[in-house]
Amino acid sequence: MYCETTFDNYAFRSLGLGERILPKTDITLCDQIILIGSGIIWNLYFCIIALTLGFISAIIIAIIRNNNYPILTRVTNIYVFIFRGSPLFIQFFCAYEIFVLLPKIGLDINLLFTTITLQTSWLTKAWLGALIVLFLNTTAYSSEIFYGALKSIPKHDIEAADAFGLSNYIRYKKIIIPTMLRNSWSSYTNEAIFLFHATTLVFFSSFPAWGQSGDALYYANYFADKTFNPFIPYPIIAAYFIFITLILIIIFKAINVYFNRHLPKERKRSINFLTNMIR
Amino acid sequence: MFEYCSEPGILATFDWFSCYLTNGKHLLFYKSFALIILLLLITAPLAIFLGLIAAVGIKSKNFLLRIISKTYANIVRGIPDIIFFLFIPITIDQVIEFTRHKIKCQDIIGSVWQGNDFIVCNIAKLPLNSDPQWIHDLYGFSLAILSFTLVYGAFAANTFYGAINSVPQSQIDTGKSFGMNRRQIYFSIIFPQMWRYALPGLSNLWMLLIKSTPLLFLLGIQDIVFWARELGGSKTSIFQYPHSDWRVWYFIALLVFYLLLTKISENIIKRISNKLYIPI
Repeated sequence: MYCETTFDNYAFRSLGLGERILPKTDITLCDQIILIGSGIIWNLYFCIIALTLGFISAIIIAIIRNNNYPILTRVTNIYVFIFRGSPLFIQFFCAYEIFVLLPKIGLDINLLFTTITLQTSWLTKAWLGALIVLFLNTTAYSSEIFYGALKSIPKHDIEAADAFGLSNYIRYKKIIIPTMLRNSWSSYTNEAIFLFHATTLVFFSSFPAWGQSGDALYYANYFADKTFNPFIPYPIIAAYFIFITLILIIIFKAINVYFNRHLPKERKRSINFLTNMIR
Repeated sequence: MFEYCSEPGILATFDWFSCYLTNGKHLLFYKSFALIILLLLITAPLAIFLGLIAAVGIKSKNFLLRIISKTYANIVRGIPDIIFFLFIPITIDQVIEFTRHKIKCQDIIGSVWQGNDFIVCNIAKLPLNSDPQWIHDLYGFSLAILSFTLVYGAFAANTFYGAINSVPQSQIDTGKSFGMNRRQIYFSIIFPQMWRYALPGLSNLWMLLIKSTPLLFLLGIQDIVFWARELGGSKTSIFQYPHSDWRVWYFIALLVFYLLLTKISENIIKRISNKLYIPI
């Protein structure tokens, strides 16, 4: 099978492994499917890491915004306003230009017994720089979703917790955060899908694809440019994205069932996918 | 721009910035802001119109029409919009040129796709090579509008579909009992009421549309992102400037522009929804 050699050559091309030279002439369907699929690795990497880290920090920021801390709440409000009010595309450009201006040698951090050199040059690479932007972006959007859910938690739930004499920590862990997640899970699912779709922007916004190792859209665009035939690479990448979006939906649905497991059937919430857009 | 700019002594003073920021290239940069607004103002009504048609299509009794509209409305849920922005212009371009090639150059036999090239005869090209620059610009901009309309029409279709379903069924039944036909029910019961339910979704869509306008850059249009890169860079493909890398300042300016645009839109939407008393 000739597809196997292509697989060996290009399956992990997006990570810089395998054949160095991309197919230039006689581009087969096999080349396109495997190379675009290899690019998907980057999309998944950005999506999974940014979503996981963003989930945790979004909860923290939502709680900060819900409590009135004098300075902290202000700062987080401004942060959310900036990241929700401007296009992700511009954020990528801005961040990249700022990262480029940072000193190239790296920052030395003195930790008494040893010094750590922070590699600032990593920031101009997509794997870290773009990840930071995506992380900040999804944190802002998700924290807005969670903040809205926090505000709509029934007062008597919290009063009941107080009446039981629960400590602040237990109250958050057992009452507030589970209710918040349950009520906002539908919107959060949409946010996750949007973030996954937004990962395609990375290599179109300044961040260079070193050694031609880019994401799925980078390769799809490469093939469309090379063959002048958009009717093959773009449907392939579309199929990949639909497939992974479906998997994402299945995972989030399973989590939703878990959140609602204690509720009677008629009070269980179902998820409406992308019917109410939150971005 | 100003008369005192012609004196060399100005270089050392702070006034130099007023000269720098009003030179010819910067005026083009400012014009591209207007281009963004123009795109928004043209695309939004078109997308709403297309979305409305698709939403009615989903509710239609015709099987084929229903399938087409449903597929159209659902396709944006699974696929990133940027793929459409890359796919639609080149596709439309090729379809038009292919048809023109078939009509105008019937004597040329052989496939249009030769190896890795897409070759049509010279008179089938659109716009023609001999056309002035503004026709090329207009053609590119129209393709951009078309792609934005198609993508955001699908989003709008979802919103309108939900809104149409939110109109109380009892009112539609009342209309039926008055002997109204489908068209009358749509025009005198559903459409006038639907807007209240659709407004939250539509305002969200407007925000989404604003935030996707920088993608114009990917369509090869000289928009604000293009100029920010050109003017800010110390060395670009066309010019070499004596100043260092100023791109970050230009992009921060764009960031502020978008923040203002979304903030103003948000306030206007708030005012409208207060007036309409949105039930959600």
